[in-house]
Amino acid sequence: MIYKVISKPEFRAFVDALVRANTSYGPRQVDTDRHGDPIYQFMPVSSADDIAFDYTVTTSSAKHLLMPFRGELSRFNFSDSDWKQQVNYETQPIVLIGLRPCDISAINILDEVMLKGPYPSPYYLARRKNTFIIGMDHLPLPDCFCKSMNRHTVNHGFSLFCSDIGDRYYLSINSAKAFSCLKEFQLDDPTDEDNCRLIERRKLIKHSFETNIEVSGLPVFLDIEFDSPIWQKWGEKCLSCGSCAMVCPTCYCYSVEEQFDLDLKGSTRESHLYSCNLVDFAQVAGGHNFRPRSGDRLKYRYYHHYRGFAANDNQQICVGCNRCGRTCLANINPKDVINDLRLERESCLTCVSTSPDKA
Amino acid sequence: MNHLGFELEKIKIASFDFTCCEGCQLQLANRESNLPDFLALLDIRNFREISSERLDDYDIALVEGSITRSDEIKRLKSIREKAKVLVAFGACACFGGVNVLKNKFPQEETIRTVYKDKLVETMPAAKISDFVTVDYSIPGCPVSKKEVEEVVVGLVTRSLVTLPKYPVCVECKQRLNTCLFDLGEVCLGPISRAGCDAVCPSGKTPCLGCRGPADGINYASFTELVRDKGLSLEEMREKLAFYNGFEDYLSHEG
Ligand code: SF4
Ligand code: SF4
Ligand code: SF4
Ligand code: SF4
Ligand code: SF4
Repeated sequence: MIYKVISKPEFRAFVDALVRANTSYGPRQVDTDRHGDPIYQFMPVSSADDIAFDYTVTTSSAKHLLMPFRGELSRFNFSDSDWKQQVNYETQPIVLIGLRPCDISAINILDEVMLKGPYPSPYYLARRKNTFIIGMDHLPLPDCFCKSMNRHTVNHGFSLFCSDIGDRYYLSINSAKAFSCLKEFQLDDPTDEDNCRLIERRKLIKHSFETNIEVSGLPVFLDIEFDSPIWQKWGEKCLSCGSCAMVCPTCYCYSVEEQFDLDLKGSTRESHLYSCNLVDFAQVAGGHNFRPRSGDRLKYRYYHHYRGFAANDNQQICVGCNRCGRTCLANINPKDVINDLRLERESCLTCVSTSPDKA
Repeated sequence: MNHLGFELEKIKIASFDFTCCEGCQLQLANRESNLPDFLALLDIRNFREISSERLDDYDIALVEGSITRSDEIKRLKSIREKAKVLVAFGACACFGGVNVLKNKFPQEETIRTVYKDKLVETMPAAKISDFVTVDYSIPGCPVSKKEVEEVVVGLVTRSLVTLPKYPVCVECKQRLNTCLFDLGEVCLGPISRAGCDAVCPSGKTPCLGCRGPADGINYASFTELVRDKGLSLEEMREKLAFYNGFEDYLSHEG
């Protein structure tokens, strides 16, 4: 890692040159909500002017730029009695601008899942290799809880990371490509004062979190609470609409769909991002559904995020961005669900320890 | 047609319209770029909008429109007798569609409004499954041509034909739309069946559920959502009644 500082106007000029020369995505305001607040999404950008550098948070994560909502897996061409499969991994390089530490951590988690397992995804690998990521720090929103998940800082997974130290950005340069792109711009070595300011900035961010969720010991705790009535209670609210998984930066499940061409001479196989909250996620051939109740499906999602699956080393995959919570129309969010679960457990323990009957 | 060593047959198809705008049938003649390929899969026996043939032997009958007269019931039943597979085609056939809005008014009034003093026979508009067994439903107002193509290809190749079971929100989120609830509107997306690629919310128009309810919807939570956002339950009920796809939920509300 190489550390440099750059003035804000110079940084803007650098980003402008970069996005003019590459297919790029960055935060853009797409709407204003009913309370007058701006709504942002990662959208195509073609100059620095398109980018909302001071954005708060995007409604959806940048996940779909690495794992498209709908992506072609292969094409088939049929002849009279034979068929040929064509697979195309080629992708064009892209630049992602303005990702937060939690977003970059999420991509690092996707890397683990998509690349480190027994069947690494060549589709994901091609996209990931061709993605240039510029991260930017920010002060947390009142409902961000990435610090609880220990995802409020990140030290790999990006090409370049910018910390805001007032009139300049403190740059952590993590790729040769980023370094050579920056060569044409005015960079300085960090002074002692810059280093101090960086430390101050990090402290400020760390102390600005308003939402904290107690996640230590949560995996064991979740196992104990597997049959808790809490799940049916929250499940009764759930609309099984899958919005949480669509906007989540680490939900990676997809279904595979095949479609004939209308002339029957070929067909396409596609992946469609899916959600374990959707009614038929666990439905198998013959029609049996392993999780017909919405509470069981919601529990499954929480287990994957806060307990982890054996397949990815029982790692918690939630990074604490709370996109799911903001998007959920039924007011289901990690903070309330986890607190509810803890509360239930605590009251239960109190009951066990104070009741003389049960002694 | 030989396909990967299998002999495939064109499907003998007929299409019939009842009370409706015929917009769904018209969709079939849409997408001109692949219309020849589409027609090549079909042996059209009776289809007013595309062909002058009037033959009585068909395997698949597409039925469009709702039922509003007693002679329509008779005609529908005779179609059912001849067809191996009967498909309810479009929101009117599947749920009654917009025509059902007239059921809210006294019949004489509706006749007078439309036909003045002319004597016409009419009855409350109804979906076709009130009178005959329906094998497949292709909902929508109008139906999506792409979905119809998928169903036809599925029938020709004898592969599984299914509609998405999940709601419109999935597709809406995939299009990175701003949720209309955040803009202060009542949208039926969380309870309506996907498959339309969320065209309405993508154009900033709330979903009115022309594809009917998704599987296993949470009606109680949806009502709670509308109330919680401080939006009008009256408006919600009006939207639910628009295509009549949510009849069962509205009537159980009490
Ligand atoms: S939470 Fe559900 S949708 Fe998300 S990755 Fe896990 S199993 Fe898939
Ligand atoms: S589960 Fe929710 S808070 Fe956690 S990473 Fe996904 S969207 Fe963010
Ligand atoms: S938790 Fe919320 S966003 Fe997720 S499926 Fe349920 S209702 Fe939809
Ligand atoms: S606009 Fe409608 S369909 Fe889209 S996410 Fe919101 S409720 Fe769902
Ligand atoms: S968004 Fe709703 S009303 Fe519009 S086409 Fe889709 S199902 Fe029909």
